[in-house]
Amino acid sequence: MNPTNRALIIGATSAIAESCCRKLIGEGASLVCIGRDANKLESLKQDLLVRATGEQQVHCITADLTDTEAHHALLQEAHTLLPDIDSVLIAHGSLPDQKACEQSYNETAKQININALSVISLLTELANDFEKKGKGVIAVITSVAGDRGRQSNYVYGAAKGMVSTFLQGLRNRLSKSAVSVVDIKPGFVDTPMTASFDKSGPLWAQPEQVAEGIIQAMKKGKDEVYLLWFWRWIMLIIKLIPERIFKKLSL
Amino acid sequence: MSITLSPWNRYPKISSEKVISWTDRTKPLPKTPMIAYANGRSYSDVCLTSDGTPVLTRPLNKFIEFDRQTGKLKAEAGVTLQEILTLVVPQGWFLQVTPGTQFVTLGGALANDVHGKNHHSVGSFGNFVLNFELLRSDGQRLVCSPDTNQQWFEATIGGLGLTGLIVWVEIQLQPINNPAMVVQSESFSNLTRFWDVNSKHSSTSPYTVAWLDCAATGRKLGRGVFFAGRHAGALNTYPTHPETTKSVPIESPVSLINRFSLKAFNALYARQPTKPEGFIQHYIPYFYPLDAIKNWNRLYGKKGFFQYQCVLPMESAPEGLNLLLKDISKSGQGSFLAVLKTFGDIPSKGLLSFPRPGATLALDFANRGNSTLRLLSKLDEIVKDHGGALYPAKDGRMSSEMFKHSFPLWEHFSESIDPYFCSDFWSRVSR
Ligand SMILES: Cc1cc2nc3c(=O)[nH]c(=O)nc-3n(C[C@H](O)[C@H](O)[C@H](O)COP(=O)(O)OP(=O)(O)OC[C@H]3O[C@@H](n4cnc5c(N)ncnc54)[C@H](O)[C@@H]3O)c2cc1C
Ligand SMILES: NC(=O)c1ccc[n+]([C@@H]2O[C@H](COP(=O)([O-])OP(=O)(O)OC[C@H]3O[C@@H](n4cnc5c(N)ncnc54)[C@H](OP(=O)(O)O)[C@@H]3O)[C@@H](O)[C@H]2O)c1
Repeated sequence: MNPTNRALIIGATSAIAESCCRKLIGEGASLVCIGRDANKLESLKQDLLVRATGEQQVHCITADLTDTEAHHALLQEAHTLLPDIDSVLIAHGSLPDQKACEQSYNETAKQININALSVISLLTELANDFEKKGKGVIAVITSVAGDRGRQSNYVYGAAKGMVSTFLQGLRNRLSKSAVSVVDIKPGFVDTPMTASFDKSGPLWAQPEQVAEGIIQAMKKGKDEVYLLWFWRWIMLIIKLIPERIFKKLSL
Repeated sequence: MSITLSPWNRYPKISSEKVISWTDRTKPLPKTPMIAYANGRSYSDVCLTSDGTPVLTRPLNKFIEFDRQTGKLKAEAGVTLQEILTLVVPQGWFLQVTPGTQFVTLGGALANDVHGKNHHSVGSFGNFVLNFELLRSDGQRLVCSPDTNQQWFEATIGGLGLTGLIVWVEIQLQPINNPAMVVQSESFSNLTRFWDVNSKHSSTSPYTVAWLDCAATGRKLGRGVFFAGRHAGALNTYPTHPETTKSVPIESPVSLINRFSLKAFNALYARQPTKPEGFIQHYIPYFYPLDAIKNWNRLYGKKGFFQYQCVLPMESAPEGLNLLLKDISKSGQGSFLAVLKTFGDIPSKGLLSFPRPGATLALDFANRGNSTLRLLSKLDEIVKDHGGALYPAKDGRMSSEMFKHSFPLWEHFSESIDPYFCSDFWSRVSR
């Protein structure tokens, strides 16, 4: 079991990450939360402190995560606020307007930047840190969308897929340092990101359910988890459809 | 992309192209017609807008402050009662007023000034609201309490979400010893007997409610089971509650609800009277029996259902209830179970608050189209003739006339409506 007593949560104001923060606080952990919106971070901190007891600490740092130049200093600051961080969750992301991306390379690049490059920059720093320590867990929320490109959201899918492939390599590299690298692939989750989606279908999960799965996967040091579980099988089928048929489907 | 929203009774269903997900309590409101949609536990179109934008407030779900010594809790308006109880019960505190489901938000509880089984002893939800912040579309943020911004306080409590966005709420909790309840139950063979049993328990039990068998007729008209409850004193051991819930996974093609409630009622009635000295029960099954079956509303099938809740003044209640129950049982349309409870005389704070002294009856009707609507209009007449009122939180079809009759202060209230807030309910009843 990996300890998650001193956790760094990046993109902490995402609905899924907030749920993870609450669960960790409920278990007695201390946290450093990074997000881009100072107001939201402050209210998250108040919420967590109401739930916390005794010695638990909650620290917040405001940062736009696309500013990769600042990542080194950002992570230094996190380590200073909460020494001996044992676990990290990277959660930030953005769901692009696929149509807008089709019209503009700039928009596409911006989306790949936030969903993939900013994450890879953080991972580059974190990997070296954890490799030195020889323990710990690094978890990243990617998406089932990264498993196969579809016309309705392939820019998002490509960015998430890039991170998943990066994580595979990193996991391979860090396995000898006993660092767990966890790829979290949610399906449909009812969060602000999907506010305008129709949620009447049976595949939707609440952020709390997904958060439970994330914390479990981090503790157990799983390599890759689909949340909820049935997405593993749905994606398996989707991946098995031959391309000559797949390309004609309207997915 | 469009999103379909409906209230808990799954009628009507409104699809909106745009929705706003409210995650940040410091943000200003847009200048666009809107209404807050919280957890959709109302049985009416108070939380819907066909022409405007729904503002989803569930993501506004942060605690702000909890004083463990005094039991004052301040939280954002999208926090649910369940989230509150999970935090405060282990610390020895409980809500002063709770409706029959813990899946409502603070904002929803305030906007409908909800009541619980203890209305006769403590009044309604608004009586325990210390203060709240109201965000108006013109950018004003009004902190309202019984002493400050009083006009807005009174208009917003029970104000059906029309006065602006409720951002956070501070409430007073009540101390408890543990999560256990002491519950006494007693069956009564008709409506007359109900009044006796009710007056016996009302003076000694903070919580009271009765289930009525709506299929009973003649001498048995109004037979049912009475439940009286109180929070337990100090106990060495007390019950825990398993977290597992059952769920109705899909919409049933036909209404199945009566089969469920029939079984439940018969089992209870046959066992009566059980333990007059009372039995110990965890607070969750006591207050929230329906929450045990997630999505039970799907049992009513595709067309959804109506809920009907009225209150009749004490003087006319015995006669009025008799007439209502007769018409309901004759129609064969009502749910098998109805809930009957007496309200006390502690005044509600809101201009449009529903609770007022008298007896309140609530039950469901599967949606069978016009024949159901005709029946409900017939019940409306009885309610009106007996000086009663209907509950907006539970009525998606009441006429403008019935609304105005139920809420004589509606015109005064309407001066406080935010110009950008509108609901389908209000469009209908204010015509
Ligand atoms: C099983 C069950 C049992 C129930 N039992 C009872 C009972 O015993 N007593 C009782 O009184 N009621 C009862 N109800 C009704 C329920 O308590 C109310 O309808 C409640 O208001 C629903 O709250 P919600 O958070 O789901 O709000 P919604 O239904 O989403 O909205 C209700 C109203 O509140 C407004 N609103 C919500 N949040 C805000 C906000 N932040 N700012 C401004 N306006 C807002 C909405 O615009 C709308 O007008 C019951 C409902 C169910 C499903
Ligand atoms: N919801 C789903 O169905 C779903 C499915 C699969 C994967 N995911 C992934 O799950 C993760 C969490 O998303 P969510 O569903 O919880 O949605 P969310 O609440 O909208 O969270 C997205 C978060 O990313 C943050 N963010 C965006 N750009 C940023 C930037 N430049 N710098 C810093 N932070 C930035 C946002 O910050 P603000 O709070 O300041 O806006 C927000 O907190 C994302 O990686 C998402 O891709 C979600």
